[in-house]
Amino acid sequence: MDEPGTPRDPAATDSVLDEPGGGDLRPHPVPLRLLAATFGALIALTVATVAVTYVDLGRLNLILALSIATVKGVMVAEIFMHLRWDRPFHRFLLLSALSFVALFIGILLLDSTSYQADLIQGFAPGVSQ
Amino acid sequence: MSATATPRYEGKARLAHYFDTRAQQYDSHKLGMWLFLVTEVLMFGGLFCAYAIYRANHPEIFLYAHTLLDKNLGAINTVVLLFSSFTMAWSVRAAMLGQRRLLAGLLAITLLCGFAFLGIKGVEYNHKWQHGLLWGDRFDYAALQEHGAGAGAAAAGGAGAEGQAVMSELDRAAEVTVAHGHEPAAIPRNVHIFFGIYFVMTGLHGIHVIAGMVVIGWLLRRAVRSDFGSRNYTAVDLGGLYWHLVDLIWIFLFPLLYLIH
Repeated sequence: MDEPGTPRDPAATDSVLDEPGGGDLRPHPVPLRLLAATFGALIALTVATVAVTYVDLGRLNLILALSIATVKGVMVAEIFMHLRWDRPFHRFLLLSALSFVALFIGILLLDSTSYQADLIQGFAPGVSQ
Repeated sequence: MSATATPRYEGKARLAHYFDTRAQQYDSHKLGMWLFLVTEVLMFGGLFCAYAIYRANHPEIFLYAHTLLDKNLGAINTVVLLFSSFTMAWSVRAAMLGQRRLLAGLLAITLLCGFAFLGIKGVEYNHKWQHGLLWGDRFDYAALQEHGAGAGAAAAGGAGAEGQAVMSELDRAAEVTVAHGHEPAAIPRNVHIFFGIYFVMTGLHGIHVIAGMVVIGWLLRRAVRSDFGSRNYTAVDLGGLYWHLVDLIWIFLFPLLYLIH
């Protein structure tokens, strides 16, 4: 695997851990079938998410819509964005960002709902029409 | 690794002097891209937070106003963006395999999908503009009373029992009597809040689509020059990551804005 074109001597490449390829790129092309299947599944889930809006399930509608979106998001991230075969640290980065967003939204919702009693229904605060 | 009969096209690989190996260079670039994507997630996170708070506190605005959006155009745009993500992921594969013509073709298709998305978005924005369905003070309530009567009635019908229940519950709970219309399909107050959120979220997303198209256009130019191959695909890979993130955000925007129930 050692490429003659590698500009540094082999001793230098030892500094790069877990690079058995002598520090050269090791491309990992995702099988075309898998990409196409992922695309097909994403389209099917899009149809599903539109279809369920015609059925009244109460609160479940929002939960279902967000669940389908999350499944689609995981497919895009893991397969299209290659996270499944990447260094796990990249996935960790994405998940940590999403955790902070969840924390952000969660705590602000808690705070906001604690003022519900003072809220005049139908009016948004700080705006006039 | 597998040896192919004909050697793969390798592309014009460069190694910056401050890196030891190409793999190290690639990993550094990719880590940098992911860190950037994380900041993008956090930026959109703020907007999703605004959305969550307004929707939690004023569900009637969202139930009513989402019926003024065109669900079909939103769904078509979702499919367009998903397809472009597919061609983008395929072009990363093509670059790794040194398939130069295929790579250029796939990037061109991805770019065209970007134009299609913006075109459909333009049709939607134009419709909103003409009916005064805008943000803040620019929202035209008078026009909505006239034009939106049909849409409003459809809203009441479409939103169904849940929408009605929310409205009647509001009527009971409100200490100050909200002077809305006589029929239950009356337009709730502050519908413009929804359109403020709609325009900021889809607008910022649209800016990202444009930025992604600039990147893909640049990639296409370099692909035509045969820059990319099995030893030089970092740029295609990272541009692809950005495009997929734009797709990822739309995957959440579509149900949250168009498919409220």
